[in-house]
Amino acid sequence: RRYCTYKRANGDVALTHRESPLKPSESKSSLNHSEHGHDSIITGIPIVTFKWHHVEAPYIIVLWILVAGLEKYSFLSVIESNHHVTNVIPESALLICFGFILGGIIWGADKQQTFTLTPTVFFFYLLPQIILDAGYFMPNKLFFSNMGAILVYAVIGTCWNAASLGLSLWGCHMGGAMGDLDIGLLQYLLFGSLIAAVDPVAVIAVFEQVHVNEVLFIMVFGESLLNDGVTVVLFNVFDAFVSLGGPKINAVEIIKGIISFFVVAFGGSLMGFVFGLLISLVTRCTKNIQVIEAGFVFVLGYLAYLTAEMLSLSAILSIVFCGMCCQKYINANMDERSVTTVRYVMKVLANGSETIVFVFLGISAIDKSIWVWNTGFILLTLLFIFVYRIIGVFFLTWILNKFRLVPLEFIDQVIMSYGGLRGAVAYGLATMLDENKIKEKNLMVCTTLIVVYFTVILQGITMKPLVTWLKVKRAAVTELTLIEKVQNKAFDHMLVAIEDISGQIGHNYMRDKWKHFEENWMSRFLMKPSARKNRDHIFSVFHQLNLKDAMSYVAEGERRGSLEFVRNESAIVDFKKKFGDEYSEVMPDIMADTSDDHGAVSAVGNPVPSVSLEMHEQTMNGMRETDDVNSHHLLQQHLYKGRKQHRHRYSRSHFEVNKDENEVQEIFQRTMRSRLESFKSAKMGVAPPKHITKHPKKDQQQKFSEGDSASGPEASGNSFPMRISYKAGDGIENPAFMPDMDPMSQVQIPPWLAEAELDSGMVAPSQRAQVRLPWTPSNLRRLAPLRNSTHSTDSFMLADAPAAHKPGGPRGESDP
Amino acid sequence: MGSNSSNMNHIPDGQQLLQDTGFSAAQIIRLYERFEFLDKDNTGHLRPEDLETVPDLDMNPIGARIIGAFFPPGKETLDFGSFVRILAHFLPADSNRTRAGAQQEPANSTTGKLRFAFQLYDQDRDGKISRDELLQVLRSMLGLQVTEEQLQCIAERAIQEADADKDDAISFDEFRKSLEKVDIDHKMSIRFLR
Repeated sequence: RRYCTYKRANGDVALTHRESPLKPSESKSSLNHSEHGHDSIITGIPIVTFKWHHVEAPYIIVLWILVAGLEKYSFLSVIESNHHVTNVIPESALLICFGFILGGIIWGADKQQTFTLTPTVFFFYLLPQIILDAGYFMPNKLFFSNMGAILVYAVIGTCWNAASLGLSLWGCHMGGAMGDLDIGLLQYLLFGSLIAAVDPVAVIAVFEQVHVNEVLFIMVFGESLLNDGVTVVLFNVFDAFVSLGGPKINAVEIIKGIISFFVVAFGGSLMGFVFGLLISLVTRCTKNIQVIEAGFVFVLGYLAYLTAEMLSLSAILSIVFCGMCCQKYINANMDERSVTTVRYVMKVLANGSETIVFVFLGISAIDKSIWVWNTGFILLTLLFIFVYRIIGVFFLTWILNKFRLVPLEFIDQVIMSYGGLRGAVAYGLATMLDENKIKEKNLMVCTTLIVVYFTVILQGITMKPLVTWLKVKRAAVTELTLIEKVQNKAFDHMLVAIEDISGQIGHNYMRDKWKHFEENWMSRFLMKPSARKNRDHIFSVFHQLNLKDAMSYVAEGERRGSLEFVRNESAIVDFKKKFGDEYSEVMPDIMADTSDDHGAVSAVGNPVPSVSLEMHEQTMNGMRETDDVNSHHLLQQHLYKGRKQHRHRYSRSHFEVNKDENEVQEIFQRTMRSRLESFKSAKMGVAPPKHITKHPKKDQQQKFSEGDSASGPEASGNSFPMRISYKAGDGIENPAFMPDMDPMSQVQIPPWLAEAELDSGMVAPSQRAQVRLPWTPSNLRRLAPLRNSTHSTDSFMLADAPAAHKPGGPRGESDP
Repeated sequence: MGSNSSNMNHIPDGQQLLQDTGFSAAQIIRLYERFEFLDKDNTGHLRPEDLETVPDLDMNPIGARIIGAFFPPGKETLDFGSFVRILAHFLPADSNRTRAGAQQEPANSTTGKLRFAFQLYDQDRDGKISRDELLQVLRSMLGLQVTEEQLQCIAERAIQEADADKDDAISFDEFRKSLEKVDIDHKMSIRFLR
């Protein structure tokens, strides 16, 4: 079975072209040119044979993947250094051009296009992962808030596009503008339906670099995803009509067509939802096979796609809803490493597929056999697509704005119309046309290609200048601060309360109700009990961050030679050096581990540089799917990142982290101490260590005053654990949080700071902590005296065999 | 259901409210019906207990504070005018376009909304959100698994972020500045049915 179908030339002529360098050691018996195998006469034992046919099919596939990957790498490293190129030209356009070049080369070599993008390959092997990626990283809350508008655009807008385009083209044909073409009305409508749909792949590729505000983005993107339901129905219906012929169409058929729309759309979504639940259930139960639980996500996701396709439902809708439905539960249930795996693999697959798709879109053009040029048809199509999109968007927005709370502005509408990009889905559908029924299939394919090039390349290039020129509201570039996070949460509660008081059943009320239902019923069913307990986002995030802090703290200690700097309050931690790079060497996978489930920007210092996959961060600014306060951002900022983060939405390339060194230094100083205190207590028992000698107490008190004085030159008497004036009646009284009047009991003194011996019976590190922190700081303390010896200073080895004498000199990771 | 001002006659301050807030007449009528529904003993005034009967409000972490926002310290009763004026904070901003006779700072402008939000934190009305006040709000909003200590870390961090003049409290300007990137209009408006 050939995956990468290519047109076979007659006989072996084409094949021999490609087998140019035959190995000289090929003995006379390796007559493997013939496809029929070894019917040669062996005159001696072959030492080495060249068995091209043996590996031909998979070899070519892998070569293509390699080419795609290499090209992407070369773009990133070579062209991005010439930064303004990729700022101006979106990567997808570059890829298409690269495809042109490659296609030209292959054409030159073979005189025919041996590689084209066939529908099978595209729809079954390239598209699903792109859409699954989109669904998995979809910001659910934002999506569902704007669901009404998105549906209007997707359904009504697409139908309008299809109908208007088909009818106009037919009108022009009747009027003679296109010369002599053998296309009937139905075929025009069919063509209209396949080219009407906005393409999600193209939208992601172009909008990724533009960073418009999130509402605008979700409108265009959501529309591009949901319109598949309509496209499938329209395409199949008109295809059937074309087969049936004109006379057989009556009202019954039309009604059947309308019903099939509902079935296809809702059926597809339901199927996706069911599979999403399945995935969540599976991940709930896979405590013991954590290694492969990541695999289930992909397998079941793909099954969702295929099952919907089998039942002729909308496969894209199915896989989108599958991804959207399962995100939350997967991230809660699976082990952190599995979550990371899923996200990385998802991004790799999606990236790779997208690259291959665009390259092949370029290659497929270089094929003389398919080219038919009809000026009227092509130009009119381009014109009508553009014009009708504008009309459709403006008209629908005008209606929608009557119902929307915050209306869509004029500028946003312009971008929405301009952002109606067509892409590979249209091309795939065009190549699926039956050329027996549709004589002018080649013309349609060519027109589709030209439309795709026009939208992706031309509109892609001009999108960013247009956005800048029109001063479209952009996505906020900075990371949300804690105050914003808390306030967003407060806003949500506020709105619900006001709606309750004023007696409106509104959007917020619904959302709140859904949240309660989901928390009480669905989570109980779909989430692991342990995950449910830690469901409060803050706690899990806090925990992760504490771990990360501790690890980076320890690494820093290694680098500086000892951890003395913590105890000495007057020490200034010097971060002028580029600690980021060192960290990425020291703990490459730890960064990946500690990334949050919804992909906050992890990374101490620079993110993992060479893996240019933006998996650490994907969501919209601040609009989190869960309503809980995501103070992980805040907590991350406790560390090295300062306040400025550049966040891409759906970006697949990495980014630069702005680091303000002074800020970083200050923040680190201030917060590391409090972090240390809460670290152990967050994870381990609550009992304070039994021995509290004077030194740590002094330490701790000094820390507090240090912490206070860091936040203000005058230590206001309000040192934080000491005085909490609690007015009864304010807020909800929760006895768990009634402050003890004894401040000391609240604060856990980290065991390793206690002068006393570390009594391992006191503090029982959880399994996770043991696994994650092979070196505890107490081990590191031994590093200092050993520095001058020839013992290896590798902490791992030290932890394992502290007494062994390792030859080979000190490994100078951190020379003092 | 037009904006017949004849229906508004029995609403106290009806015309005034039309001018001051951004509500349409139909909305005011509807709100009046709600007010009467909440006013169980028909006194023409609401008391905190009346608002507390609203279902689900007790499940809301900041429900008590919202109720408190309707009843500023010292006032025990709420008349219809004040009721509407407070709700006016939640109108989308642009519906105030045509109100020529409005006060300088309409309630549903960004500043008005932010001021309302600020007062939710600042219970003692001293113009600043102190660490304790922030801590109380955090405590009520965040889940139960977070320990007191972690809450304090969070609160301290929040204050550090916003506190520009280092007085360990957040003033209104600092509050506003820290929220300048948030689309307040989107986040603090609800749809009032006509």
